[in-house]
Amino acid sequence: MNWSGWSEFWSMGGDGLYIWNAYLVTIVVILTEIGVIALTRRSILEHLGRYAKIALKERKPRNEDSGF
Amino acid sequence: MPAFSSALRSDDPPLLTTWSAATPQRGYALATRLYPWFGWAAVVLCTLGLFVGLVLAPTDPHQHEHYRIAFIHTPALWLSVAIYFATAIAAGCSLARRQRFLSMFASALAPTGAMFAFLALWTGSLWGKPIWGTWWIWETRLTAELLVLFLFLGYIALQEAIDDARRADRASGLLALVGAFGLPLLYFSIIHWSAMYGNAPRGLAAPGNPIITMGLLLMGLGLFAYTVAATLARLRNVILKRERNSEWVARNFGARS
Repeated sequence: MNWSGWSEFWSMGGDGLYIWNAYLVTIVVILTEIGVIALTRRSILEHLGRYAKIALKERKPRNEDSGF
Repeated sequence: MPAFSSALRSDDPPLLTTWSAATPQRGYALATRLYPWFGWAAVVLCTLGLFVGLVLAPTDPHQHEHYRIAFIHTPALWLSVAIYFATAIAAGCSLARRQRFLSMFASALAPTGAMFAFLALWTGSLWGKPIWGTWWIWETRLTAELLVLFLFLGYIALQEAIDDARRADRASGLLALVGAFGLPLLYFSIIHWSAMYGNAPRGLAAPGNPIITMGLLLMGLGLFAYTVAATLARLRNVILKRERNSEWVARNFGARS
C-alpha cells in the first residue's frame, strides 16, 4: 500500500490532474459508447415494429439469404 | 431476449462450420448469448486492474506516480492496433468471399477501435506533457497512431455515407485493406530512417515490477473483454439494421412497438 490517506491518493504526488484526467476521460468515453449502443438498439426496435406492420400486410417477406 | 429462443432452431445453417455458411441470423443469436459474459468479465477484470494499478502498484523511481496513466494508455494503444487489423482482415475476407456476415462484424468492430485510438492519443499526450514538455510531437509512434484513428474514422464515415450496404462494404473494405498494408510500411520505414532524423522512439521502459505487470495484464484483459462485449452488442444492431427485410427479423422483432 502506497497511500496513507485519501488526500494523498487524489493528489498522486502532484500528478493528480494528469492521471485523473486520463482515467475520467476513459470512463466517460466508454460510458458514452455503451449509451450509444443502447440508444441505437432502442431506435432500431421501434423502427422494426412500425416497419414490420406495413411489411407483413403489404408484401411477401423476402428470402433472407438472397443478397450479396 | 425471450423473443430470440425461436431463432436458434436446429434447421438453421450453423455459424462456424465454414465462414461462408455464417449467417446473420446465427450470428445474432450467438452474439446475444455471449456479450453479457464478456461484459461482466470486463467489469471484474477492470475493477481488479484499477485496484492493482492505482492502489497496490509501487511508486516508480523515475516517473513517480505519473506512470500510472500506462494502465489505460498501453492497453488502449495495443487494442486499437489489434482491432484495426481485425477490422481489415474481416473486411478483406468479406470482400474475397462475398460474405455478408464478416462485413457486418468489421463494421461492428470499427467504432470501438476508433475509441481506443482516441484514448491512446489522449492519455499519451497527458503522459507526454510533463515528461517531454509538450502535448504532441511528430514522432513515429504518435504519427502512426494518429493515422490509425484517421483510418478508423474514414472507414466509419464511408460506411455511413453510402446507403447501399454492399457498395459501402466494398469502399470501406478497400480503405481498411490499404491501411493495413500502408501502416506497417509507414511505421517500419520511419523506424528504419529514424537514425537520420534523430527521431528514435522513446517511452516507458518495460516495467520490471511484477505488481505493475499484473496491473497492466489485468487492465489489458479487462479492456479486451470490453472490446468483445461492445463489438457483439453493436453487431446485433448492425445485423438488425441490415437484415430488416428478412423474414426472421420480422418474425422476432416485428411484434414489438
